[in-house]
Amino acid sequence: MGPTLLEANSPIAESEQPIISCNAVRLAFGTKGNVQSVLNDLSLEVHQGQIVSLLGPSGCGKSTLLRVIAGLIAADQGSVIVDGAKVARQMPRSSREKMSFVFQEPALLPWRTVWQNVMLPSQLRGVQQQTNVKDLVEHLLGLVGFQKSDWGKFPSQLSGGMKMRASIARAMSTRPTILLLDEPFAALDDMLRSKLNDLLLTIASEQKCTMLFVTHNISEAIYLSDAIAVMSQGRIAERLKVPFAFPRQASLRSTPEFAAYYGQVATSLARGHS
Amino acid sequence: MNSSFGKHLTNPAPVIVFLLVATIWHFVVVLFKIPPIILPGPIAVANALWRERMVLLNASWITLQAAAVGLLCSAIFGSLIAVVFSQSSLLRIALYPYVIFLQTVPIVAIAPLLIIWSGNNFRTIVLVATIISIFPVIANVTSGLLSINENLRELFQMQSATRWQMLTKLRIPAAIPQLVLGLRVSSGLSVIGAIVAEFFVGNSGEYDGLGTIMTSRQANLKTAELIAALMACTCLGIILFGLVNLLSATLLRRWTRHSGFESDKQ
Repeated sequence: MGPTLLEANSPIAESEQPIISCNAVRLAFGTKGNVQSVLNDLSLEVHQGQIVSLLGPSGCGKSTLLRVIAGLIAADQGSVIVDGAKVARQMPRSSREKMSFVFQEPALLPWRTVWQNVMLPSQLRGVQQQTNVKDLVEHLLGLVGFQKSDWGKFPSQLSGGMKMRASIARAMSTRPTILLLDEPFAALDDMLRSKLNDLLLTIASEQKCTMLFVTHNISEAIYLSDAIAVMSQGRIAERLKVPFAFPRQASLRSTPEFAAYYGQVATSLARGHS
Repeated sequence: MNSSFGKHLTNPAPVIVFLLVATIWHFVVVLFKIPPIILPGPIAVANALWRERMVLLNASWITLQAAAVGLLCSAIFGSLIAVVFSQSSLLRIALYPYVIFLQTVPIVAIAPLLIIWSGNNFRTIVLVATIISIFPVIANVTSGLLSINENLRELFQMQSATRWQMLTKLRIPAAIPQLVLGLRVSSGLSVIGAIVAEFFVGNSGEYDGLGTIMTSRQANLKTAELIAALMACTCLGIILFGLVNLLSATLLRRWTRHSGFESDKQ
């Protein structure tokens, strides 16, 4: 994976089909007389293996877009195609199961241990007894930083960071081709956030999955992604290609190039916002 | 909750209050020369308590059984009704007013009717105890089953979870703390229900609960014995409440042990 990966709607066309493609998606909430338009003719394409950040101010519709792509909310108009299949609220199990969702809060079940929480998706699919599933879960728990002795702990016994790590392991436990993340680190402090950013990059390169990452943190968006889609008022205001090569090191954040690019993204964000 | 409950048990303050009240009571009775038929002193009551200990223990045991079985019925049927309510908003809307009716109907008024239908027996007492104690279970468990964190719901949706999986793997476990909460309220109510029902069963010898003892002592103007029975009733309520607390502390440790449960929802 490198910076040669193309962002959506790039002039240099990719030969392959985009893995996520939203076409003229419209969505409004509310009842007659008080309709709030959330997504406004939004189009977005993400290619296989890309990490794309959706960057925008609160309330610009980025979390909603993520839920529309996941098929959790139905769009009023337009279409969403994920890996060749149309997304709908009642979509075939096989298409939805290609996607995994990481929520803003860890969303762990308090009555289940770490192990049981990470096994939940496999259990719901009825594959929890398969040895390759157990092997994968063991591997993922190690990858996100759990000692074997902590597998039997309950969520209440974990710190916020460890809860989020368990949540990421759970999302990866079904070998998703697409990982959708809804501001997963918003509630964590900066140190922890940058650690988990690195973890996410490790996972992305190891498990070879496409990521769509919602955030309002510019630095995080640059550090993680191949491309940034700046969102404003329910549409993609601008698409930016991130000019830094993978693999990225934490030291990248303190380079002048990073600072300069940060300024550029901040300007786009402000432009979209005004 | 459980640890504080334990702490209360070792604190001497309630005992001091008890002794203080008993002393004041004693002197009030002596100073104002209150006839024992109106208000016997604490010593007379203690004597009655000792004299009637076997009768009271036996009656308490019967009443405790009735209240406990009633509470168990409330837990089982209340939870089942709540599960049905969680699965169908139509049924919930259609039937909820009648569930509230269960809560508002004066139990004193329907107990005689139930005795006509069901007889002067243990079954009737259990029935009354159930009716009076079922509402907190239904209300709490229904709300527990329905107020599921949005993200957890979406997590299950992402796995195309079936309605059954959603119920058994998410809604029911999430509602367990609410069930315990409901049972705490219901435990006191079931004792009241059992005793009130026993008032109406009458002292025909078929059934001898605390309530029947009380009506017979009242009829004979045995005030000290009546107060002794009253104390047994109070103890009974505390015992049942303690049992429910013990149950929640041991069986449901995962849910109630950590304060983390509420803070997870944020």
